[in-house]
Amino acid sequence: MRFYEYEAREIVKRAGIPVTDFGFATSATEARAIAERIGGPAVIKSQVLTGGRMKAGGVRFADTPDEAEQHAEAILALEIGGHMPRGVLVDPKAQVKQEYYAGVVWDGTRKRPLMLFSDMGGIDIEQVAEEHPGHVGRGHYSNLLPFPDYQAKQVIAAAGVTGSALNRLTPILARLARLFRERDMTLAEINPLAQLGDGSFVALDAHMEMENEGMPRQQALLAELGIGADEGTREGHEPSPFEAAVKAIDAADHRGVIQGKDTGFHGNLGLVIGAGGGSLTLTDAVRGHGGRPANYSEIGGNPSVAKACGLAKAVLRKDGVEKIAVMMSIVSNTRVDIVARGVIKACLELDKDPAETIAIFRIPGAWEEEGSKILDRYGVDYCDRSVSMHEAAGRAVAKIQGAAA
Amino acid sequence: MPGLFIDVEVHDSVGDDVELAKKLEEVCPVDIFKATPGGLEIREEQLDECVLCELCLEPAPPGTVRVVKLYDGTALERT
Amino acid sequence: MSILINEDTTFIVQGITGREAVNLTRECLDYGSKIVGGVTPGRKGRDVHGVPVFDTVQQVVEHNGGRVPDGSVVTVPPAFTKDAVLEAIDAGIGLIVIVTERIPRGDVAQMVEAADARGARIIGPNCLGLVVPGVAKMGGIGGPAKNTEQAYQPGSVGVMSRSGGMTTEISSTLSAAGLGVSTAISIGGDAIIGSSYAELMPLFEADEQTEAIVIYTEPGGRMEAQLAEWVAEHNSRLPIVAFMAGRFMDDEEMKGMSFGHAGTIVEGKEETATEKIARLEAAGIPVVERIDAIPDAVRELGAHA
Repeated sequence: MRFYEYEAREIVKRAGIPVTDFGFATSATEARAIAERIGGPAVIKSQVLTGGRMKAGGVRFADTPDEAEQHAEAILALEIGGHMPRGVLVDPKAQVKQEYYAGVVWDGTRKRPLMLFSDMGGIDIEQVAEEHPGHVGRGHYSNLLPFPDYQAKQVIAAAGVTGSALNRLTPILARLARLFRERDMTLAEINPLAQLGDGSFVALDAHMEMENEGMPRQQALLAELGIGADEGTREGHEPSPFEAAVKAIDAADHRGVIQGKDTGFHGNLGLVIGAGGGSLTLTDAVRGHGGRPANYSEIGGNPSVAKACGLAKAVLRKDGVEKIAVMMSIVSNTRVDIVARGVIKACLELDKDPAETIAIFRIPGAWEEEGSKILDRYGVDYCDRSVSMHEAAGRAVAKIQGAAA
Repeated sequence: MPGLFIDVEVHDSVGDDVELAKKLEEVCPVDIFKATPGGLEIREEQLDECVLCELCLEPAPPGTVRVVKLYDGTALERT
Repeated sequence: MSILINEDTTFIVQGITGREAVNLTRECLDYGSKIVGGVTPGRKGRDVHGVPVFDTVQQVVEHNGGRVPDGSVVTVPPAFTKDAVLEAIDAGIGLIVIVTERIPRGDVAQMVEAADARGARIIGPNCLGLVVPGVAKMGGIGGPAKNTEQAYQPGSVGVMSRSGGMTTEISSTLSAAGLGVSTAISIGGDAIIGSSYAELMPLFEADEQTEAIVIYTEPGGRMEAQLAEWVAEHNSRLPIVAFMAGRFMDDEEMKGMSFGHAGTIVEGKEETATEKIARLEAAGIPVVERIDAIPDAVRELGAHA
């Protein structure tokens, strides 16, 4: 779950980290009102869930409320990386003395959160780490014990910071570390963390991502930020009609889990495949044989006939899909006969001949004998575990290429 | 719409037995049976969801409930 | 021999009255595993396939004359998993298999930290457990006992996989080729897991039955890099063969998309399939392109049937 900058700054503020007197506006008039309240030069920033705002012209400076209004108007109509902005953030233009970086991420190898700090803020931390490793401090911390401030201090000192800056920065990084833990974040970043002309520190930009699995217990925070359940997890891209259809089929029935994606796929062979690892393996196998998948999918957790049927139908309804390949790694929970019923039913309900439409059925495992009786009845080409996943994919590709020739 | 793969044949006597009808409704994991004031209703739209668990065969007298696999012509029944 | 479990291993099932737990209890018992109790709060006094159910882990220990079970399979909803695992750790249980999916990372990190402090080992979360072919299994791995027997023959290859289903597919392939499996472990698909490849390697290293290792891996995470480092630092007797799924995710059009397991979200260059393959091969670990090529690759590196 990604947050817009105005939300991320609000989260930071609630954690006790100083921020500027910013405002969020969804119209040019509102932006003007905020600029008037600020009463000086302002920065107007597009609120969009993608990088490259500056380059795209999504960040502009205004000296007067009139200018703020004009810039807001332009930015609100500006698409960046395929996304229209949610609104604009209006920020007082700060007199920055120095920019710092403060961030927390997970380290999956050490299985602990990792603090990162640099006195070279305003640019990507990866770049700083590569070019100026001595300017980056790092430190893991316990996810179980209370977080002590000194651990934040150590990380800041390791980046070469001392003096009063060290003492003023320590509570900021400590609060960020606690926030990361308490709010189920996978990324919590303040960049730049700016020291102003008067020596005070403020978060001038913030980037937060919350783990989807943590969202159920962060409902109170999400509600306070005005984020409704209808926003889902804000995937990086808008779901395609196919993706939305599969999601709806999955939600309609609690038995089993199905997922489908087709963003980036443009082929003619529909894939009704599973489960997690099997789907990745089979998608590679189809492409390895020169096949062109029309989609990606995952079947798991023993779905109902209706769910398997729904997925197969959604795949078959996609433009350009000529045949489907129904394949999984050996199943022990999902039932072969149930999936066989589902995919055959999908063909019949769409007035297609299962024998022609299903290029190959390769699901070995639970209830496969019963499944083979059903597949025999409808003349569907199937194979057992003696035919590898790779070979099965090859047979499907050969069939669709033969049909196309 | 009848099932493509599964049919359930129930003898008329089963529908007359209110307790048995309720029992069938209770045991079926995919809700094929519905006990009604008039007897026993077979929910046709659920037939294809049958998982061949045979739980519906146990409470009924032998031969009165049959689960027919339309794809091979065989049936599950208590003998 | 085997790693982690053997014919004497006793374990409990936490959340034993849940639908999936009832199944895996049946499957494990049929396979010959020793399940000495189950825990579901509020359900004390029931039994699941003959296994007595208790409210607390402590009650199971008391029921067994003070003997602490060797392991626990935890299959409770995500919001309650952490508490169940901490309870098991506190009771002194040494091996905890977490089946539950969708546990927030922060909880996983806490469980792992608590386990480390007490010398306990966690497998998972989001895994199917482990099996020693012909001896015992702990978790739903392989499914019903007869399916597990069919796919898992005793043999010389240790299997570690981020995908539960692919653990069985790979083991079945090794079994059909006559190599067989020493111990197969579904290590879990999440971004943070209790035991990574590198962390399990020393156990396989010490197991005489194991002559080679096969791993199934995916893009995302640094677990393969960690394994490559382990191999570089230890003069391991065990040849390793890797299979990498999800190469298609390296395509420009797929960038930023998430597929498969939670760990399979490509976040940086180091974690793509291409980068991982290069890293593994540099460490002397061949990466095969097909599951059915695994047995030959294993034989080439010197393991026998």
